[in-house]
Amino acid sequence: MPPGISASDFYNILPELVLTSGALVVLIVDVLLPKERRGALAWVTLLAIGATLASLVPFRSTHVEVAQGLLAVDQFALFFKVVFLVAAAITVLMSVRYLEIEGASPGEYYFLILCATLGMMIMAGGIDLITIFIGLETMAVSFYILAGFIKPSHRSNEAAVKYFLLGAFSLGILLYGMSLMYGLSGTTNLRVMAAAFAGQETDARLVLAVILVVAGVGFKIAAVPFHMWAPDVYEGAPTPITAFLSVGSKAASFAMLIRIFLEGLPSMGHDWRLLFEALAIITMTVGNIAALTQSNVKRMLAYSSIAHAGYVLIGIVAGTSRGITATLVYLFIYAFMQLGAFAVIVGLRRADVAGEELKDFGGLHARNPFAAFAMLLFMLSLGGIPPTAGFMGKFWLFSAAIDAHYNWLAVIGVLNSAVSLYYYVRIVVFMYVKKEALGSEPATSPTLAVVLGVAVAATLVLGVYPRLLFELADASARTLGAAGVTTSLR
Amino acid sequence: MITSTHYMFLSAALFMIGVIGVMVRRNIIIIFMSIELILNAVNINLVAFSAQLQNGIGQVFAIFVIAVAAAEAAVGLGIILAFYRNKETVNIDEMNLMRW
Repeated sequence: MPPGISASDFYNILPELVLTSGALVVLIVDVLLPKERRGALAWVTLLAIGATLASLVPFRSTHVEVAQGLLAVDQFALFFKVVFLVAAAITVLMSVRYLEIEGASPGEYYFLILCATLGMMIMAGGIDLITIFIGLETMAVSFYILAGFIKPSHRSNEAAVKYFLLGAFSLGILLYGMSLMYGLSGTTNLRVMAAAFAGQETDARLVLAVILVVAGVGFKIAAVPFHMWAPDVYEGAPTPITAFLSVGSKAASFAMLIRIFLEGLPSMGHDWRLLFEALAIITMTVGNIAALTQSNVKRMLAYSSIAHAGYVLIGIVAGTSRGITATLVYLFIYAFMQLGAFAVIVGLRRADVAGEELKDFGGLHARNPFAAFAMLLFMLSLGGIPPTAGFMGKFWLFSAAIDAHYNWLAVIGVLNSAVSLYYYVRIVVFMYVKKEALGSEPATSPTLAVVLGVAVAATLVLGVYPRLLFELADASARTLGAAGVTTSLR
Repeated sequence: MITSTHYMFLSAALFMIGVIGVMVRRNIIIIFMSIELILNAVNINLVAFSAQLQNGIGQVFAIFVIAVAAAEAAVGLGIILAFYRNKETVNIDEMNLMRW
């Protein structure tokens, strides 16, 4: 065995190994199954995700660094891993019907979803720039392919090209910042780096590195002004992939952001906090205002997802353990409401209708009351209306900001939530008030019903009884390298 | 005597050329080449720092960057080819199905 790696390291990355094996099994089964029975691959994929979730159980309270500080196995990573795996499972359930309608081959599709999930898990655990970079690319390359998966569709092609070009460009910027961080500290391990930078005088090159890394991460979380790719990619990509992209990729990028800045650069807290404060404000405002005028629901949800990245940034600007807890809670809650909303759009996709336009939601209540009710709930939750989970998430984010004396950041957040209600409620009006219906009846499929049921249940239960989630998120935020959270307290 | 500062200036220049290339050029392939320039600027930086600091981490990082850039090129060219088959162009201004 190479020096520095022991057998216990392999045990500690068991979930990642299980997921990798699962992905390979999917590829093999794809070849073995006859073409008309490949729909069954969804169940193999779900089994792989379930096995990975089960393999997370022994690591509930583990807090170790693997392979001399390449990867951390702690509750912070665990929390995110659960979010990614749940999001991946819901995405797979959503995809079953969508792939049938589009006539795309499921084998590589499910394999790539698992690869993207693997990349996210490595990003959440990475405490070394190299590990984080490898995780990020495993995820990003899988998503480039998935975004363009419907090859005959011009829009899917276009989404893939745009996502690829801007993704690779942002990666270059991020890496240039990382190379400066390495050059100035002499290490790529974030915790060693924090110690190296502590007490050092601010170097202009380090400020440049921080700016470049903020820009690179800003692309990944789709913060304004690095958001240009998001609406186009979200609109053009296959709908389940859009859902996974807006939930999984975003959460993973936030995990990476928290690791890099709170664990690696706490001594530069003043500089990056200022940058993120500015980003949070313009991201919320531009995202919400741009969403007001959209008639394509996928594009509208893209702008809404940009705005939500702005809300989440508030928790990171606050930087206290309460702020990080609120960030984790919000990302968890956001996963369910966002995936649920996209599941409704997938349900509206029929052979003759794209089901993405606002008018496609006309009279949905009369045709499919449950889907309309679910969408109503998700929209209220995204807008932050009690008793839904979105309200609790926003409440905690804003109260964490006030706690850390960022009062006006919270005020801007609340004002933006009020603006956002306009476009969320517009969908509700279309569903319940307008009558005209287009195309054939929206078909219900059992897998989609399961997705909607789970998302509705989570949105309601977490809105009424969020305590358990808060406790878990709080415990996770506290395990984040002692250096990170405590020294950044103002 | 060539010091690591010289390499840093070279790398910064290469980075700027790459960034300007991405912003200015309209051909997808040339934009992609500019992105590769940025990644190579990163590699020069990493290796120069590695030599200056007398530790090998930077070289390991550079090897990973090269490997990932190769993987990305394979996927990226595939995506561009799929786009070209449908549209018969590699001009970024023709990507106008969705408002840019």
